[in-house]
Amino acid sequence: MNLTQPEQKPPEQKPVLDPHLKALENEAIFIFREVAAEFENPVMLYSVGKDSSVLLHLARKAFFPGKIPFPLLHVNTGWKFEEMIEFRDQVVKNYDLDLISYTNPRGAKENITPFTHGSARYTDIMKTEALLTALNAGKFDAAFGGARRDEEASRAKERIYSFRTPEHKWDPRNQRPELWSIYNGMINKGESVRAFPLSNWTEADIWRYIRAENIPLVDLYFAKKRPVVERDGMLILASDKRLEIAKGEKLQELWVRFRTLGCFPLSGAIRSRAQNLDEIISEIQTATVSERQGRAIDRDQSGSMEMKKREGYF
Amino acid sequence: MNFSLMSAPERDFETAKNQLVPLRFITCGSVDDGKSTLIGRLLWDTKAVKTDQASKLKSDSKAQNNGLDLPDFALLLDGLQAEREQGITIDVAYRYFSTSKRSFIVADTPGHEQYTRNMATGASTADLAIILVDARAGILEQTKRHAMIASMMGIKQFVLAVNKIDLVDYSHEIFEKIANEFLEFSLSLGVTDVVSIPVSALKGENVASNTGANLDWYEGNTLLTTLELATSRSAQTVGFRLPVQRVCRPNEGFRGYQGTVAGGAVKPGDSLVVLPASIPVNVTEIVTFDLVRNAAVAGDAITLVLDRNVDVARGDMICSLEAKPMMGKEFVADIIALASTGIEPGKRYWLKSASRRQRVRVEPFTTVDLNSGVWSDTERLEMNAIGKVRLKFEETAIFDTYAANRGTGSFILIDPEENTTIAGGMISELVAKNPQNLHDYKQGLVGDNLDESDDEKLVLMALPVAIAQKLQKSAIFEELKYDIAVTRIKRKNFKLLSEQKD
Repeated sequence: MNLTQPEQKPPEQKPVLDPHLKALENEAIFIFREVAAEFENPVMLYSVGKDSSVLLHLARKAFFPGKIPFPLLHVNTGWKFEEMIEFRDQVVKNYDLDLISYTNPRGAKENITPFTHGSARYTDIMKTEALLTALNAGKFDAAFGGARRDEEASRAKERIYSFRTPEHKWDPRNQRPELWSIYNGMINKGESVRAFPLSNWTEADIWRYIRAENIPLVDLYFAKKRPVVERDGMLILASDKRLEIAKGEKLQELWVRFRTLGCFPLSGAIRSRAQNLDEIISEIQTATVSERQGRAIDRDQSGSMEMKKREGYF
Repeated sequence: MNFSLMSAPERDFETAKNQLVPLRFITCGSVDDGKSTLIGRLLWDTKAVKTDQASKLKSDSKAQNNGLDLPDFALLLDGLQAEREQGITIDVAYRYFSTSKRSFIVADTPGHEQYTRNMATGASTADLAIILVDARAGILEQTKRHAMIASMMGIKQFVLAVNKIDLVDYSHEIFEKIANEFLEFSLSLGVTDVVSIPVSALKGENVASNTGANLDWYEGNTLLTTLELATSRSAQTVGFRLPVQRVCRPNEGFRGYQGTVAGGAVKPGDSLVVLPASIPVNVTEIVTFDLVRNAAVAGDAITLVLDRNVDVARGDMICSLEAKPMMGKEFVADIIALASTGIEPGKRYWLKSASRRQRVRVEPFTTVDLNSGVWSDTERLEMNAIGKVRLKFEETAIFDTYAANRGTGSFILIDPEENTTIAGGMISELVAKNPQNLHDYKQGLVGDNLDESDDEKLVLMALPVAIAQKLQKSAIFEELKYDIAVTRIKRKNFKLLSEQKD
């Protein structure tokens, strides 16, 4: 398994970050340190995707030369791309991380799958419910997430420190004002805060930072000929045995890559020939659709992300 | 490396663009002046809106018809369902766009009076404010209120966008009248960097491009060009400041102090002082993940290693020896009340500033009428009120003035029962033991070199008449008037600071 991009320069020749990325990096490190200092039991949500990879890199920088002083939490639905799980395990080993992987036991017990239960119900149980159960079990009072404000309308108003009730509810109409970079981390027992160090990053910033910092990524982000089927207007990767190809669906080999990664039945691939970071950056600069376009869960109804967030989804 | 998809000039472009930190700005103005439409237009014209978002927009805006077969731009920003229902912006929305020259972070802030606190939130991190007015309505009370809040929060650059200029037949005369009125008002706030631009946000005129002959009388830049040319907050020039966020002790052999440089610069070998304990130390190393650095400047997140084992904890500040911040138990600050409870005099709050949190009692003494700009005495501040307060600490506090350093001169107040953020504040001065005497106000009005022990001294400052008159109207002047002497003198007898350089 290849954790380094094939064409990266050796570290000693690494150029200095441009001022734009440096400012974003500094802000994220500040947030990491602030949360680590103010909360008793933080955890970092780690989804294995590109934003999580950047988040992890920044966490390592923030606490260097010490270790990251909190565990990573991966909510594994059981339907992630195989490559993601392999990559995750390699990263954990390479960086000597403390990883908690949690899968909602209801999935196996009640046989809940994205095919049988619909994306909304499936996401609710295997992602939101799983996340809340894991957060409660660990008694975490702060959870880092990789959400960015440019991703989706309701996220544009998310605070850096986003307050949650003991039931993990988010009240968008009653958020704490956040002035300067002074964050209010005071909570009562049972309450918690979600902290978002990447709030001010855009998709382009993420990719340029990955390139500048040589951050390893799951191979699925890079274009390759892959087996896919078209379903509900999405290109679904057909490498997992559990995907049943329906009548009328055609298995094709296409040049595709993924702009975001989640559960394979819910993450659409895009047609692309972008095989390396330069080509991806060039591609997103000229892209005319947003990165969440491939995500099935955003499309249920207008405002659906806000509803999921209120219920505790990241 | 494969550059086949990217031509050489594009890469240069990309490089040039990221040589600047993003410009942070806010948009403010009265309700219905078209703020969300303006930002929507900026996002649209800089291609920050993608086709799937646009198709969602079009489906959401079916009911509304602006007659141009364009989406309703305001819907881009009013992302929350509650807002869609009410049709107004109730919270701060952050948006991101970029041109070939620069990246921008915009905080779209509400126009309604009851949401003044959200405007202050957006303004606290902004470098520039776009003040939007409706050309038909001109400068309103709310316009002035927002400009005033923006200037109080430290914004030094205003762009006046005179919107809906198409609805007044592109009248040069109306534009000039509004622009002049606003300029005069801005100067009274002490903001001198003001650019006025006639625009139609809905039609896109003078936003990203200047097309057509409708505005041929206007010779200035478009709004977007003006933003590209704006300056980010200048580097803070006071001494070195490192508020310690945490102590890093991975093993017995290493002890480093982690934080973000809030002012000045540092290099190995520098002699510093740890406050409030006033312990002198020397820097041995600046550690970062990438390499051991030979210098760090304001904004850098670093780990500092010192030459001796001293007791340094979160909340302490490591500072230059020669330019120390103010230390004391009583300060005067400007404050904006953010919560429905207002500010209760004498109540014990938590105050958080940089990495330090401590107990404080707050005594409001004046408040400003945001419509008239007149200050009057008060003991309470209600939600959305702006006023001056005395902060009385139980233990020594460390601050710079907000004017000198936004990072070490700002704070929030937290209600100890509700844990809510109830105020944002900006330090204006230190009050020493005997506030009746002029020398105790050693910062601010009377300069910072006054010897504390000498009651007999006064400091003579020569100011332009306009500024002096403004000072004379201020609350602090009123308070000190029996300790101040005022006389007019001839300009030619004095050398200004700018003339003393060489």
